[in-house]
Amino acid sequence: MNSWEPKIIAFLCNWCSYGAADLAGVSRLPYPANIRVIRVPCSGRINPKFILAALRHGADGVWVSGCHPGDCHYIEGNYYARRKFALLKNFLEYTGIEPGRLHFSWISSAEASKFAETAREVVEAVRSVGPARHFIKTKPMWDDVEAPVNAACQAEVG
Amino acid sequence: MEAYTKKIREAAQRLLAEKKVDGVIGFRQGTIPMMSEPVFIRHVDQVNQLVWNSFCGVNLANYLVKRKDRVAVVAKGCDSRNIVLQIQENQFQRQQIYILGAPCHGMVDRRKVWAFLQGREPVQVTENGSQLQVSGKGFDEVLPRQEFLQENCRICTHRNPVLYDELLGEEVPEQSDVDRYEDVRRVEAMTPEERWRHFEDLLAPCIRCYACRNACPMCYCPTCFVDESRPQWVGKTLDATDTRTFHLLRAFHLAGRCTDCGACERACPMNIPVRQLTKKLEKDVKALYGYEAGLVVEGRPPLDTYRPDDPQDFIK
Ligand code: SF4
Ligand code: SF4
Ligand code: SF4
Repeated sequence: MNSWEPKIIAFLCNWCSYGAADLAGVSRLPYPANIRVIRVPCSGRINPKFILAALRHGADGVWVSGCHPGDCHYIEGNYYARRKFALLKNFLEYTGIEPGRLHFSWISSAEASKFAETAREVVEAVRSVGPARHFIKTKPMWDDVEAPVNAACQAEVG
Repeated sequence: MEAYTKKIREAAQRLLAEKKVDGVIGFRQGTIPMMSEPVFIRHVDQVNQLVWNSFCGVNLANYLVKRKDRVAVVAKGCDSRNIVLQIQENQFQRQQIYILGAPCHGMVDRRKVWAFLQGREPVQVTENGSQLQVSGKGFDEVLPRQEFLQENCRICTHRNPVLYDELLGEEVPEQSDVDRYEDVRRVEAMTPEERWRHFEDLLAPCIRCYACRNACPMCYCPTCFVDESRPQWVGKTLDATDTRTFHLLRAFHLAGRCTDCGACERACPMNIPVRQLTKKLEKDVKALYGYEAGLVVEGRPPLDTYRPDDPQDFIK
């Protein structure tokens, strides 16, 4: 039996998607528990570093959600974010990250049902690509390198 | 190409004598063949050190960032585009920099010549129009220059400086029938797993010396993300995940800013084709936002602006 459950880091904008998550909770709309929410002031605040950091810390997927175009609390933060994400998503996928791992959405604070629905979609997409091992360090590197070398030296000197 | 040498010396002499600039940034002969090195000339009696040849591939725009003085600089097509970007990014005022534009015939990749020589040591390398004359102990070779160009020069479409105060020679014809993204498309056609492995192999020799970063005129953050420690975005080890993180972020920081000058690749001691990362971003920026880095000073860089109707089919 496979007990693996995808772990997803969701960066939610304080002014919209975070509110939607809250409303979904209050309205008792079910959505999967695989989402770990990090509240950010604006989707424009998301730095590509954050997304890589999430993957490096063991997330299987990353979801960024902000306000619909035109609705940004800071007027235009999400417009800049959109360009950044378009390039970033293409770029990470170009280097081998599966398309199912990175997700972006616009969800207003009133759209609780869109939030719950998108959460389900994201979880299923990540589940279908499986655990992310790309950015997980697996080897204690110097041991790996040194052990055979030491053994070889030992063998030589007898 | 060597004809520029005289012009550069004359211009340096004149500009320094008239006190128009505090110094001239150009190239001088390196200590071994095919390694012309950057030089900063401050006095008229030093101008004869200045040279120009096919080995001036270093991007001199790298020495302009945050300058307070006035300098003249020799700039190839790509260098001039980096200067345009640096002006856009407020690294200095346009009037501080006197640009000696060098219409470029492409720079020679010393590694390709070394590879051709198969271990024979070149003692003297000179050029004669489209030919390179390489000689050493017991050999004398004449090589077609065109076949030994740097990879980025082979596909360069902006050889003429886009911004200059004076030109050192006639404009050169631009290459129009080149395919800039052949290698990018080849990677795009792979499966995600193949792509991951492709870059795993490509980056495996990296020793994280950061020469690629240091050689790039667009990498000038006072604190590079690789040196940040709270939080630490990139580990200090040579683990493949750390190396990958470095390369992904480095390339992404060049999105919409890289001019494909090749200085990064040229500087890499491990011969890693790091341009394969930046070129993908260049290709996408062009396709999505119709922008090519560093062609005009006016306007905002692509990631510092937006259009309400930018593509967003990837957003739910
Ligand atoms: S990239 Fe273009 S302008 Fe720059 S050195 Fe090569 S051919 Fe010249
Ligand atoms: S990333 Fe490389 S090719 Fe691009 S501007 Fe920097 S040094 Fe030049
Ligand atoms: S110059 Fe080459 S070896 Fe050094 S950090 Fe860059 S890619 Fe790695």
